[in-house]
Amino acid sequence: MNPFETIRFALRGVTANKLRSSLTVLGMLIGVAAVILLVAVGNGSAKTVQARIAQLGTTTLTVTSGGRFGGGNNNTTSTQNTSLSLALVPALQDKQSAPHVASVSPVIDASATATYAGTSHTINSFVGTYPSYLGASNYSVASGSTFTTQDVAQGRKVVVIGETVASDLFGTVDPIDKQITVNGALFTVVGVLDAKDSTGLNDPNDVALAPASAVQQTLTGYGSLSQLLVEATSADTVSQAQSEVTSVLNEKLKVTNTASEPFQVRSASQLLSTSEDTAHTFTVLLGAVAGISLLVGGIGITNIMLVTVTERTREIGIRKALGAPKRTVLTQFLIEATVLSVIGGLLGVLAAVIGTQFTIVGVQPVIVPSSIVLALGVSVAIGLFFGSYPASRAASLRPIEALRYE
Amino acid sequence: MSGPVLDPDWPPMASAPLLGAGATLSTVPVATATAGGPAAAEYSPVLDVRKLVKTYGTGEAEVHALRGVSLTVQRGEYVAIMGASGSGKSTLMNILGCLDVPTSGRYLLDGVDVSRLTDRQLALVRNRRIGFVFQAFNLIPRTSALANVELPLAYAGVRAGERRRRARAALAMVGLAERAGHEPSQLSGGQQQRVAVARALVTAPALVLADEPTGNLDTESTRDVLAVLDRLNQAGRTIVLITHEQDVADHAGRLIRLVDGHIVTDVRQGAAA
Repeated sequence: MNPFETIRFALRGVTANKLRSSLTVLGMLIGVAAVILLVAVGNGSAKTVQARIAQLGTTTLTVTSGGRFGGGNNNTTSTQNTSLSLALVPALQDKQSAPHVASVSPVIDASATATYAGTSHTINSFVGTYPSYLGASNYSVASGSTFTTQDVAQGRKVVVIGETVASDLFGTVDPIDKQITVNGALFTVVGVLDAKDSTGLNDPNDVALAPASAVQQTLTGYGSLSQLLVEATSADTVSQAQSEVTSVLNEKLKVTNTASEPFQVRSASQLLSTSEDTAHTFTVLLGAVAGISLLVGGIGITNIMLVTVTERTREIGIRKALGAPKRTVLTQFLIEATVLSVIGGLLGVLAAVIGTQFTIVGVQPVIVPSSIVLALGVSVAIGLFFGSYPASRAASLRPIEALRYE
Repeated sequence: MSGPVLDPDWPPMASAPLLGAGATLSTVPVATATAGGPAAAEYSPVLDVRKLVKTYGTGEAEVHALRGVSLTVQRGEYVAIMGASGSGKSTLMNILGCLDVPTSGRYLLDGVDVSRLTDRQLALVRNRRIGFVFQAFNLIPRTSALANVELPLAYAGVRAGERRRRARAALAMVGLAERAGHEPSQLSGGQQQRVAVARALVTAPALVLADEPTGNLDTESTRDVLAVLDRLNQAGRTIVLITHEQDVADHAGRLIRLVDGHIVTDVRQGAAA
């Protein structure tokens, strides 16, 4: 019997049992697709974190309150208020003590529900700040204008809204000069921001910017700031700006023990290196997840292959009784297993590639090429082994033993 | 009809072309026990079984299926084997069909000692010398009747066109020409068994072994299958058949009764139908 005939026999075997074949292919498909997709989702979220940090810009510094981790700051006593406040802003803007600081913007985070003409929308990030915030965080105004320093000084309730907010609240209506109600206070929309590319987790266009004074007055009260966004004069002066900001704050907040400052000044590059640690943790986690899914997928494939071949032990007996040499039977089953494994594996890759086109739980998956090779390789190998090993065992039986097999 | 059947007009269908099926078989040593001269191979019986013993299991679970069966079947004979269940007739049949191996004893098929054949040569023997009909039909499911009948020819290396022609001829012989495209599940029990008979005879084997071929069939199907076997025998094929039913056994020219792994009677009876 020539090889061509054997291949035809194998293909006939595959097509003769459509349900069984499609279940086998499905098992392979799920195993392969699950691994590739899981790794892609993990990779995607790691990429998102990095992109968000990079998007902050290379010239910005973030000042947050709170000591460094592990630096015991119990001695920053209750007599001294060390939280960030608006009062620090003029000191940082002082060209004498901080010549490399281009702008300082306070950040007051509030979550707020805005309503307009009966439509309501929960704004993900309602920020009270200064006009300089737009430049520092790479926002620009698409229509209307931004609020002004004067608006900040007078505490005018005006707001610049992101594209998502505009479309949710106003639809096709021009939002400029319309009034929206934010947690009971009326804000006038003066501008709409340019859309920013989404990088996952949070929608950067689901944002509203308002004068810091107005936000404190109506929404948050006059508490501490969430953070200060400091822009350096250029990318080269970021480290100088950082040390200037640190010394000004130390002076203003009367910090004596500089080992336990009650604030942190971090540049985007520092955040990036922190995120690399996170990314590493992510990679380890992903490896574990991929390993487990590969194991589970592999067991699934093993299962369906074992069942498929064991179920056909009788058929193997018949073929041997009719004079099929062992090798011919083996080749047939090996080809069948190959066809099913490869088709299932490739469909799994296809399913994973299609799956990554969609956002999964807020993450845009990014495929890791090596995961495709790994998932496909391991699955096909498992499929081949467990497709042909039981067949070889059955083909080695005396025909009568195979025929009696139930 | 008595004594060994040595018909000089023995149809050549089982001779040279099949016996010489490749160098693999021709190198097999011919048993000398029966050899009386140069013509020994020609005169050697189709089946020659000596003191065949088969035991299953070990220790307390040991079952003696065959306790020393000796039997000779000449070319063109039609033998029926009867016996209660557990008498060892199926075990004997499986050994004769090279589907199982005896625990001890010797089995010469066409003068060739089967126990000395390699796995590959055994496959060749099963493929070319023996046609086996099972009680449970044992057709390959979800595969057309024609493809089932073609199967032994495919393993014999016959080309596709020739294969189809011969398979159709075999199906026509059992009266199922128009059912060639049907799958086993679309055929009645009798039709399935006739497909199985067609599959057994398509390679023109000298020996057809049928293990209770009518055991699962109704009267009419039984008549159909037996008619096919009768015709085969008239065409010169050697047939060994296992049955429970006396009227089935009546078709045979020789009746052997097995009890507890022994042959108790071996009688020649009025020639088949």
